[in-house]
Amino acid sequence: MMAFVRQVLVIMAKDLRAELRTKEAINASLSFALVVLLLFSFAFDPSEETTREISGGLLWIVFAFAGTLLLNRSFARELNNDCLDALISAPIPGSALFLGKALANYILVLAVELIALPLFGIFYNVRWTSQFWQLMMVIALATWGMTVTGTIFSALTVNIRLREVMLPILNFPSLIPALLGAMQLTSSLVAGNPITSANDSWLKMLIGFDVMYTAVSVFLVEMVLVGG
Amino acid sequence: MRDKILYIIGAVALILLARDMYLITGFPPERNQGAIFKIIFFHVPMAITALTCAMVAFVSSILFLITKKFQFDALAVAVTEVGLAFLAGNLITGSIWGRVAWGMWWAWDARLTSALVCWLLYAGYLMLRNAIEEPTQRATFAAVFSIFAFIDVPIVIFSIKWWRTQHPQPVFWGGGSFPPDWAAVFGWQMLAVMLIGVVFTAVRLRQEEFQREIDSLRRMAHAL
Repeated sequence: MMAFVRQVLVIMAKDLRAELRTKEAINASLSFALVVLLLFSFAFDPSEETTREISGGLLWIVFAFAGTLLLNRSFARELNNDCLDALISAPIPGSALFLGKALANYILVLAVELIALPLFGIFYNVRWTSQFWQLMMVIALATWGMTVTGTIFSALTVNIRLREVMLPILNFPSLIPALLGAMQLTSSLVAGNPITSANDSWLKMLIGFDVMYTAVSVFLVEMVLVGG
Repeated sequence: MRDKILYIIGAVALILLARDMYLITGFPPERNQGAIFKIIFFHVPMAITALTCAMVAFVSSILFLITKKFQFDALAVAVTEVGLAFLAGNLITGSIWGRVAWGMWWAWDARLTSALVCWLLYAGYLMLRNAIEEPTQRATFAAVFSIFAFIDVPIVIFSIKWWRTQHPQPVFWGGGSFPPDWAAVFGWQMLAVMLIGVVFTAVRLRQEEFQREIDSLRRMAHAL
């Protein structure tokens, strides 16, 4: 068990180190988030009250788009010099490789989100801090769901034609329940209303989504990596 | 032999469909909704057939991952394609019904929305298949995605139901139940649509088998 945790952490540290040295994916993701935030201000009048009501939705669309850029790179980064084959043949279980990569992606996606969030608050004049910790919890849960499906689908699509297009096509429809829950909760939290018994079923759904997809991914990842 | 059975099933399905259509046109219009109500005789059987297809795809994907037998992969892709066609029929008939009953083609009703999400999920499955060349890899990856898609279906349905309950629920049908002769026709119609699904799947399955045969012949020719 301890060995497994160590293997997960080694993979995670490797991925983070590689990303932080080049910063290519995280820079692309951040600037993309900015561009989308800017584009939304043209689509909706940012000073209007109605825009604030749909702000949770806007925010999660930004997060999902920017996150996809990071997730796309997760396995594609290993294609150079056949690093992926080396990783697969390394003496660690596929689930450790998957969880390590998922954790690294999680940290990177969270970092982009936490930078985009205050910018969003400034651009759209939203006081998002009033329910700070509950908002952080929602972001943490929904981002994990997004990362875990994104990482497994990134492994599915790494070797195929049209890799960059396939990931969002597979990931977004699967993510709809998690994104829907996150949008609903974020909209009400950003408006200053805490989670009550009226909308905590979304929270339970998010937790269920995370647990289920993590379990299925860990179970199936070996087959994906070995490729049948 | 197999062809003959297929022809017989197809003929039975067509006769049943013709008979049902004759009976359905003879029914009086429904009290609240009028003639458009009768679309239910196509709409609901197509939805149930599509759901059955998704279940068969899920089971055969699991069986493929366990046994690595390509028959299961062929079955999975055949039922997924047929199911998508039926789900598309379901969406279109639902949309036509909505145009008459609610006055708009698309109402973001919970059922319509979740059906659309499921359609997109399984369309993604077919796109994923198209993008992979190597047969074993294609079968494995597609099976994994099919499992993900199937476990997503109930979550999608429930989450969209929660989302929509904040809005007034549209009335799906008048709340009443079928008169017995309508129910009987509905049962036969269900069978007819299911049989058409079976025939489509069998034809598609055979295509897939031919494709495999052609592929192996081609590989042999290259090896010579």
